[in-house]
Amino acid sequence: MSEAVLHDDHHDHKPTGIGRWLFSTNHKDIGTMYLVFALIMFFVGGAMSMVIRAELFQPGMQYVDPQFYNSMVTVHALVMIFGALMPAGVGLANWMIPMMIGAPDMALPRMNNMSFWILPFAATLLISTFFMQGGAPAGGWTMYPPLILQLGDGLPYLVFAVHFLGVSSIMGAINIIATVFNMRAPGMTFMRLPLFVWTWIITAFLLIASMPVLAGAVTMLLTDKYFGTAFFDAAGGGDPLMFQHIFWFFGHPEVYILVLPAFGVISQIIPTFSRKPLFGYTSMVYATASIAFLSFFVWAHHMFTVGMPLTGELFFMYATMSIAVPTGVKIFNWMATMWKGSMTFETPMLFAIGVLFMFSIGGFSGLMMGITPVDFQYHDTYFIVAHFHYVIVPGIIFGLMGGIYFWLPKWTGNMYDEKLGKLHFWCSTISVNILFFPMHFIGLAGMPRRIPDYNVQFADWNVIISLGGVAFGLSQLILVWVVIKCVRGGEKAGDQVWEGAHGLEWTLPSPPPFHTFTTPPEVTDATAHS
Amino acid sequence: MENNATKTAKKLGLVAIAMFGFGYLMVPIYNVFCEYTGINGKTGQIAQSQVSVDDVDPNRLVTVEFDTNVNPALPWKFRAVQFKQEVRPGEIAEALFIVENESDKSVVGQAIPSVAPEQASLFFNKTECFCFINQVLAPGEKKEMIVRFVVDSDLPEKISTMTLSYTFFKALSENDVVSNVKHETTKKNNG
Ligand code: HEM
Ligand SMILES: [Cu+2]
Repeated sequence: MSEAVLHDDHHDHKPTGIGRWLFSTNHKDIGTMYLVFALIMFFVGGAMSMVIRAELFQPGMQYVDPQFYNSMVTVHALVMIFGALMPAGVGLANWMIPMMIGAPDMALPRMNNMSFWILPFAATLLISTFFMQGGAPAGGWTMYPPLILQLGDGLPYLVFAVHFLGVSSIMGAINIIATVFNMRAPGMTFMRLPLFVWTWIITAFLLIASMPVLAGAVTMLLTDKYFGTAFFDAAGGGDPLMFQHIFWFFGHPEVYILVLPAFGVISQIIPTFSRKPLFGYTSMVYATASIAFLSFFVWAHHMFTVGMPLTGELFFMYATMSIAVPTGVKIFNWMATMWKGSMTFETPMLFAIGVLFMFSIGGFSGLMMGITPVDFQYHDTYFIVAHFHYVIVPGIIFGLMGGIYFWLPKWTGNMYDEKLGKLHFWCSTISVNILFFPMHFIGLAGMPRRIPDYNVQFADWNVIISLGGVAFGLSQLILVWVVIKCVRGGEKAGDQVWEGAHGLEWTLPSPPPFHTFTTPPEVTDATAHS
Repeated sequence: MENNATKTAKKLGLVAIAMFGFGYLMVPIYNVFCEYTGINGKTGQIAQSQVSVDDVDPNRLVTVEFDTNVNPALPWKFRAVQFKQEVRPGEIAEALFIVENESDKSVVGQAIPSVAPEQASLFFNKTECFCFINQVLAPGEKKEMIVRFVVDSDLPEKISTMTLSYTFFKALSENDVVSNVKHETTKKNNG
């Protein structure tokens, strides 16, 4: 197989049949597979959230039993985070980074193949727990002991799934850093890298530093249950709270692992459609790096209510607040980029502006929860559900979708249907707010998260939320339609695609040939980042 | 070029492995941190020679209450001889406990102490304790066990009562380290 691949390197024809995908070492094909996998997982996770919303449509128990409801909540989160968001980010990186830095491919193409093919395997492990004695994990995606240890036969499968997903993303991260550090075209200095590449370098370091810690934590769960250790069992001299510390030491950097690539995407989109260079490029790089650095010192804002000493509460409160500073720098730089630009509002730009507004809503509720005394009210209510869904859905997912619209003409050579794209944006934006905004209200009023039944006083808002959820889910079918339509044909896209686009990837034909930049281009200020 | 990339990848791989180790390192760090700050009621241990009589505060009495628990996996009975005791800060005090093995097998147990309130645990030191080592009881054996402790005279004024709590649980073998002791509760609950 490797010979066939090597052989193909010398020609510009694609390998054919299923082997093209199974044994692929081509960054474009692997990128496509990552994105398709992420889209499938997005709908799998989405289907689970529909079960949740169906059950919560009315107070009382309707369709599923509480155990299964909790499995839905837990597996929905795991599938979305590890199956949809992270692979989508890696997929974009695979497609774009080599073309952006003028490299022929990723540095370690065979490892690239492996890190992708681990994913479907790991996802199968995770989903197979539904068919096991004791059912799928139901203790929440945070897997807190002792509750999660009561899971039946599924526990080792959950743990191994997390291991494999972790290994896959660590390999992907290593590959990205190895590529950017060693394969930049002549003249492509670090400070000329497009911001998307920068955010991915930083994300990759976060991944390498934090995923192994999660792997350690779940391994401790496994040995606690099956091998007689007592890391988290008070009776055995361990401490269940320690799991939360280890988990969130991974967990908070993880939220930035998810969001930084999306920030990178909109840092490409906004200058393009404002027809101005990115405002404050250098400060963007440093702001991203400081967000990443600070993210290792705020983990206990997820644990304000566990009974930490006052000094601990204060430290983590101030540390959490301080992240707002570099985040603010980024938001203001994006706004300054648009200031007095000749803006147009094609679909990618709409999504990017949507991110600016709606990520900020989530950022603000995050700041509220970062204030220790008031977090005692918000903690474990729907308010926090509203917070992280705002930063994740119209923040991260909108950013990634903007990237898909932005680069789809480059990938396929065809323009997507702009009308449908805009329809997708507006349907998603309206429904996402109907879906998540009222969660703030019922959260403040005291509706707890992760409970299948609720007090009748929350009934009206829950009806609205569920309807918003269905509308949002249906809106995503438009995306599938747009993508399929675009792959099959359409108005031909030029090399540059967008009038305001700058950077190496736009100097290539659309669609780019199977192998690009086999002789590295010369990079000057004129051809560097947008 | 290819070669450099492999080198970078190997270095990063080592970092990933080191971070896996760091996850485990957080366990001892956490324990030392809690012991040092007294969070989680971890109590201190000092040598008898470190106790100086000058520190005794003759005008103050503090109540120490004793609480005893047995993990369901351990077939023992465990109680304090006295439920509470008045001690003078700075002075060595002692308390007696009684354990009894109710099974027909010889069993190894280990007691885990904890002090409440949290702030008090920083000022509670044991010079001798049955919890320092594993305890072995022959079938049906009944045994008296002792703890000697000092409440530091720097104990904040506002604290007048504290609770010393022990949980006895089953150890796998005599050489078992405290944090590695087998516990059966989770298994039972699942069953
Ligand atoms: C200004 C930035 C942010 C601040 C200050 C912030 C703060 C917080 C705080 C304090 C909590 C804990 C709430 C509680 O349990 O009571 C929290 C939870 C959470 N945040 Fe954020 N956050 C910010 C940005 C983000 C971003 C960018 C993401 C995702 C990309 C995110 C994802 C989450 C998630 C998933 C949780 C819930 C964790 C759980 O399951 O308990 N946050 N955030
Ligand atoms: Cu956090």
